Parts: sequence; structure tokens; C-alpha cells
Amino acid sequence: MTISHFSAVLLFSLFASVVFGITQRSEPRMMIRFGMFCFAMFVGGTIIASWLMWLIKH
Amino acid sequence: MTTNVQAQARPAQKITSLPPALILIAGWLVPGAGHLLLKKWTRAALLFVSIVAMFGIGLALKGKVYSPNAAELLDMLNFAGDLGTGLLYVMARAFDLGQAAVQVAVADYGTKFIVVAGLLNIVAAVDAHSLATGRKAS
Repeated sequence: MTISHFSAVLLFSLFASVVFGITQRSEPRMMIRFGMFCFAMFVGGTIIASWLMWLIKH
Repeated sequence: MTTNVQAQARPAQKITSLPPALILIAGWLVPGAGHLLLKKWTRAALLFVSIVAMFGIGLALKGKVYSPNAAELLDMLNFAGDLGTGLLYVMARAFDLGQAAVQVAVADYGTKFIVVAGLLNIVAAVDAHSLATGRKAS
């Protein structure tokens, strides 16, 4: 199996966010909100870090 | 004029008669089993799918499953993470999965997927234990 680096980021973020959402909040609505927040932070943080590395290189 | 209403802090109620240690061990051995014993069906299913999928994708990416190795500190830490997957780890070792040498970049991603699946499973098992003891409300 081969996946792109970005696909790996999306899969990792999705599964980790689901577990974080369920375990770190008590109410279902808050679980969904926190899971979405974690997903956005994972993916957004990766994209920002990627651009930072690109800027450092250039 | 505003009125401040202060709710009384209520201790969370126990939601099962099963021993919390049993919930913890079940949750560690099988992802989501702790929540399943607490009759949290949706959470159990989501945890099971997420952790098993992460572990499976890690193996499919030719990630490494670590064995006990006291010589390297990082190997010991990775082994501890892998061990968090419980029976998935035992099955992977029994069927000789994840033993191929890492040769491509995505294989390293696979290794991390497997380790993180174990760590997330520990978080899930501890969450189930907290629900069983009443430390977590619901």
C-alpha cells in the first residue's frame, strides 16, 4: 500500500481527532466540536509547518 | 441587574457494577471494549474503528512492529507504544507482521501509525476506566 504524504496526514488527523474528541469531552456535542478542532489543528499545523520548512529552504 | 446562579458541584455517578480494573484491561486488550462494557455503543464502535484502522494502515504501509529491545532507548519507547494496542500487537507478532525492514518514507509513517494507535488505545482505555469509577461524568 502506498499513500501520499498528505493522505497520511489526513488519515492520522482523522483517527487521532476521533479518539481525542471522545475521550477529552463529556457531552456528545462538545466531543464533535473538540474533534473537529483537533482535526483542524492537526491539518492546519502540518500545512503551516510545511510552508515554514519551504521558506527556510528557499 | 444580573443574577449569578451557581450550580452545586455534583460528584459523577458510577455507571456500572463491573470492576473498573476489568474495564481498563478490556479496553487495553481490545480497542473500544471498555466503552462497550459500559454500554457506550457508539463511542466503542468509533474507538474500535479508529484504532484498528490506524493499526491496519500502519501495517499496510509496511510499518515496523517493535519487539522488546533493551539496547536502544527509542526502541523501548516504540515498543511501549506498540504494546498499547493490546491483542492487536499479540496478533501482529504471532502472524509475523511488521517485521520487514523499513525501506521507504511511508513505511516510517506506518511505524508511527502503529505506535500512535497504541498510545490512543491507552487513552481510550483510561477514559473507560474514568467513566467506570465516576471520575468522568458521561
